[in-house]
Amino acid sequence: MTSIELRDVQKYFGSLQVIKDMNLKIEDGEFIVLLGQSGCGKTTTLRAIAGLETIDTGDILIDGKPVQDLKCSDRDIAMVFQSFSLYPHMTVFENIAFPLRATRMSKTDTDRRVREIAQVLRITDLLDKRPSALSGGDMQRVAIGRALVRRPKAMLMDEPIGALDAKLREEMRAEIKRLHLKQGSTTIYVTHDQIEAMSLADRIVIMHEGRLQQVGSPTEVYSRPANLFVAQFVGSPVMNVAPVEVESSGGSIHVGVGGASRFEFPATLLAQLDTADVRTNELALGVRPEGVLVSRDEKNGYFPVEAHLIEPLGSYDIVDLRVGDQILRARTRSGYIERAGARVYARIDPSQTHFFDTSSGDSLGIRL
Amino acid sequence: MATAVLTTLDPKSRAASRGMSDLAIRNLFIIPTILFLIIFNIFPLLYSLGYSFTDFRASGTGQTNFVGLQNYRTLLNDPFIWNNFAITAKYVIVSVVGQVLVGFGTAMLLNRSIPFKGLLTTLLLLPMMLSMAVVGLFWKLLYDPSFGIINYALGLGTFEWLSNPSMALYAVAITDIWMWSPFVMLLSLAGLSAVPKHLYEAAAIDRAGPFYTFFRITLPLVAPILMIAIIFRTMEAFKTFDLAYVLTSQPTTELISIRLYKMAFQEWQTGLSCAFAYIVLIMVLAITNIYVKYLNKVKER
Repeated sequence: MTSIELRDVQKYFGSLQVIKDMNLKIEDGEFIVLLGQSGCGKTTTLRAIAGLETIDTGDILIDGKPVQDLKCSDRDIAMVFQSFSLYPHMTVFENIAFPLRATRMSKTDTDRRVREIAQVLRITDLLDKRPSALSGGDMQRVAIGRALVRRPKAMLMDEPIGALDAKLREEMRAEIKRLHLKQGSTTIYVTHDQIEAMSLADRIVIMHEGRLQQVGSPTEVYSRPANLFVAQFVGSPVMNVAPVEVESSGGSIHVGVGGASRFEFPATLLAQLDTADVRTNELALGVRPEGVLVSRDEKNGYFPVEAHLIEPLGSYDIVDLRVGDQILRARTRSGYIERAGARVYARIDPSQTHFFDTSSGDSLGIRL
Repeated sequence: MATAVLTTLDPKSRAASRGMSDLAIRNLFIIPTILFLIIFNIFPLLYSLGYSFTDFRASGTGQTNFVGLQNYRTLLNDPFIWNNFAITAKYVIVSVVGQVLVGFGTAMLLNRSIPFKGLLTTLLLLPMMLSMAVVGLFWKLLYDPSFGIINYALGLGTFEWLSNPSMALYAVAITDIWMWSPFVMLLSLAGLSAVPKHLYEAAAIDRAGPFYTFFRITLPLVAPILMIAIIFRTMEAFKTFDLAYVLTSQPTTELISIRLYKMAFQEWQTGLSCAFAYIVLIMVLAITNIYVKYLNKVKER
């Protein structure tokens, strides 16, 4: 079985460095998602692993063996392209059989393997058609079939469902997950869609401007973002980030947001801030909308704020609260606040907060 | 479709102010062309069909008699005519195969990023832009046994290219290959650059070797456009006259068009040569039809 490792990989396009000090170890059978905005180097990383791009320095190891100087045909890796890259002049059967025929597998074995994989992907009745006669989802299935049929050491997927419409994307997402569970092959999946990443990945690798930002399980990445970029990239709606002042008076700690409100925080914050050693004017608080609690009635610890804007999203509402000169977005059950402009009461749940050093962008790792 | 092409005339245009309708303008452009076609193509074509059933001689004043299918019978039973066809077939095969190999090969070499690619392509296209007669004349010089540069470069001494009966046809074919390979190259290059790069990447990932990739990906995808080049070149090679006529006058290089020319304008057997021309026309149509059928089959994929 297969593990893949990147060691100090650097890659330049001219003078532009697209992969910076990439270190990553992928265990056998893992489903890894490379997540990032377009142009962050995730696709280049994937293509470098596949052998479609060279790297300038560093090592790529498959099963412990350096492969960076091997051609892609010698790396035994399959890939699904965003554009599917089906051979237009061949039938579905011939497309799936191509990798087997290219390595001169016997006719009976080829036939058996193609039919097996077609059954798994539920495309048996499409085998005689040409790609041009297929729907997007079926083209996708064929592309996956072509990748899986030769039982590669690892599967690489470059935004494989990015070209499909929303409903089909959801279906195919589930299908890819199902296939991975069934086949268990090591998979690296590139996407810019965080929902895809969260739902598919064993571990998510977040990249930004060629640099690896954080590697972790979907829950880790969501609930313990390593820095401001990850915090604001993962999660929808976006996490609230605001500069704050911390004041301690008589054993209780207050965190001021937007110059006006003072939310009460547990006393342990102070000690943790001391060890983190951050200058007060470079401290930022991050809290996801579900960590901003809203009440229609006055309550202890809640501050009066103005509900500035309400976005009804069906299963819940996103309410923009004006807190001093800042806006905090809160998540409420749908219809809880009836109209924009209403006076409501809010507090921040300390257990769902994150503190960042704005100069470096790093999380201070404070847990309350 | 047809109605979408016919757009109405802008009422503010100058043509409209002169009282012309769009129909009038259409006729103004199309009718002269159609008249030209009818006078110089369609009419002679039909008129010569009539002559092909007579013993008409354009040089003589004798009476013209209707002879029915006699001309066709004579021609198809003439072993010399069949020899002309055999020579032409050999010439077409050698020259078209040569052009496809050289042209497609050059296209493969050019289909990558190399410095001065545009300039190189343009220079390679030059032979195609020359006049047939000029090409014939200077290749005659190149082939010359005593001072020709070809014998000098290849160290062949006084090897006779054009006066050697068994070599002359190949010499003409080589000249034709030199002249028209760029045409095949140009079309192949268009076909090759239209093959999406990602298919090659997919094939590399699928562990296909260079030969497998060429025969299973490149060739099938270029085939339709290559077929068009082959159709054009076959038709042209079938009709070759000037190049062979200028280069040599060996009996082994007497292509059908040369035989036809001699029959019509040296022997003045106008009726017979009309029948001959019709036989050639039917043959070219038949061959082209086979190609077109195949092309449609390729395109279906």
